[in-house]
Amino acid sequence: MAQITLVEAVNLALARAMNDDPEVVVLGEDVGRDGGVFRATLGLLDTFGPERVVDTPLAENLIAGMSIGMAAEGLKPVCEIQFSGFSYTTIDQIVNHAARMRHRTRGRLSCPMVLRTPCGAGIHPPEHHSESPDAMFAHIPGIRVVYPSSPRRAYGLLLAAIRDPDPVVFLEPTRLYRLFKEEVVDDGVALPLDTCFTLREGTDVTLVTWGAMVYETLQVADELSAQGVSCEVIDVATLKIMDFDTILASVARTGRCVIVTEAPHHCSVASEIAATLADQGLLTLLAPVVRVTAADIIVPLPRLERHYLPDRAQILAAIRKTLEFA
Amino acid sequence: MTTAATFRIEYQQFLDERGHALAPLPAFATDPAALIPFYEAMVLMRTYDAKAIALQRTGQLGTYASLLGKEAVDAGIGYAMRPEDVFLCTYRDNGVQMLRGVTMRELLLYWGGDERGSDFAGPRRDFPVSITIASQCLHAVGVAYAMKLRKQARVAVCMVGDGATSKGDFYESINAAGAWKLPVVFFVTNNQWAISVPRSTQSAAETLAQKAIAAGIPGVQVDGNDVIAVHHAVQEAMMLARKGDGPTLIEAVTYRLADHTTADDASRYRPPEEVAEAWKREPLLRLRNFLSNAGVWDKTHEEELLRSCNSEVQAAAQAYIDTPPPPPEQMFDQLYAAPAAAQAAQHAALLEHVKNHGTNHAG
Repeated sequence: MAQITLVEAVNLALARAMNDDPEVVVLGEDVGRDGGVFRATLGLLDTFGPERVVDTPLAENLIAGMSIGMAAEGLKPVCEIQFSGFSYTTIDQIVNHAARMRHRTRGRLSCPMVLRTPCGAGIHPPEHHSESPDAMFAHIPGIRVVYPSSPRRAYGLLLAAIRDPDPVVFLEPTRLYRLFKEEVVDDGVALPLDTCFTLREGTDVTLVTWGAMVYETLQVADELSAQGVSCEVIDVATLKIMDFDTILASVARTGRCVIVTEAPHHCSVASEIAATLADQGLLTLLAPVVRVTAADIIVPLPRLERHYLPDRAQILAAIRKTLEFA
Repeated sequence: MTTAATFRIEYQQFLDERGHALAPLPAFATDPAALIPFYEAMVLMRTYDAKAIALQRTGQLGTYASLLGKEAVDAGIGYAMRPEDVFLCTYRDNGVQMLRGVTMRELLLYWGGDERGSDFAGPRRDFPVSITIASQCLHAVGVAYAMKLRKQARVAVCMVGDGATSKGDFYESINAAGAWKLPVVFFVTNNQWAISVPRSTQSAAETLAQKAIAAGIPGVQVDGNDVIAVHHAVQEAMMLARKGDGPTLIEAVTYRLADHTTADDASRYRPPEEVAEAWKREPLLRLRNFLSNAGVWDKTHEEELLRSCNSEVQAAAQAYIDTPPPPPEQMFDQLYAAPAAAQAAQHAALLEHVKNHGTNHAG
């Protein structure tokens, strides 16, 4: 059993999907000989050839748009946008076409594509390389937004995304690409979409998070466990279509909820979860729902980056605050 | 200094404004009678177009984009395509869609505000109308890529207007199609107006066909009011594409004889003299003259054709009007391949509201 990183798990899932299904094609900037700037597509060119591992001209809108055309013809394109800050030019294609192809043709055509992109801050890159557009994508009806937080979930969820008959935006936590390894069995088994993963069971407070912040949130839960505070940790994983049932059921047991995301505060996915708890879980709450997010600011350049990302102390403080309510 | 490269854009026209041949006709047009189906299709398009506008003006259709003046383009393309090809169109290309087998009832359903109009029974792989300008060019690249990957002798035909050639989507598409030598034909209907912005202020390029040069693909300009020129150029381009020789960009020079849509008033921005002048070059007149001069068309044929077109269009309009509106469930169906469990409550709540209260919104 191999211990591998998250980016290696992405690579493994891509190879598995391409091997299992000849309709799967990978396309994007530098995905061929270079293996992608993060090496997520390493080796695919040699195994599957240049027709199925396509180095595109440098045009993100083209990458998204041609994926829609490929998908309508029955291929299963998995396109890579090099950094999520470059994904904004694809939003026209995602909103106006990918998301609604099935609906506007009453199912005559569909769009089984996956748009992969590294996401989030924390790797000290240049400008536009640290964005968190998860809420922007999650706002779009007709697509799914998936955001794994470990090598195993990256493998299983990417397989699920590729096999899904509808478009999926697959956000990969750049900060976790090589941060830790995990045992991943290359068994071709997909994990379920539209489902939260309860990573740790607890009774005092529910911590809801996704993407790279799962890492710090779990550390805080460990820390608090030693102090006798029992945290339940939920990885949302699929931001759209979201499994609110798991979150509501957990909060019904714990009575407290802290939501952790590195995206800016206003209109974030955290806002949606907090609003749903207010709608449907208010009477089970013992304390206000607290959101630990980035401030509503532009992601700073690397010198200030560590002050931008929510850290363990902020998560801890938020949990303490909810515990103050008896 | 030396010359790094030189380029030339050719212009093709076979019939003058009065329907006289200016050059030896291509093979398909040497028997004038072979052009009768083109003329019949063009008259049907114009009849349909007039009916659609009448339906809109009487509150029976939504906003509609007229194809008036574009009939030669649509017939020239429609008759060049095979059923297994894929057509990616704008909102002004209903004429080609008709020749592809989309029914007029289906077209009217779409303009009447019903998604079922894009679930046409005929060309199942053709794309629905693209409203967002030039966005379909990128889809055409993907479609053509899939055709080439599978080694199929199929071609994608992608329509844009002159306005669309200003967009990045267009440039990105012709560039990529050239780089991969894809089986796709990009067809620019240059009708001189991007709503209110004239061709002269859209670009400093002398022709729109020359935009192909930057992409490294052939570009040709044709008289878009001359169905023989359009059909010939499209046939040639499709032959190249089908045998693996890559994409072509065709610019057809024509004129938008109508408003941009029924929601537009072109008299606000263009002089009536210009429109009157354009009517002298319109496509039906010259083909009718050509056929008459050749002795294969007369007044009786014309009257009979108008009668049959009117009755066909009338029947389609009636079938459209008689189609009951879609049930509210249609809003939720086909959003995803399978209904999302997590959204079931939301959907049920809205349907329940519609059932109990209808709506208090007007219209």
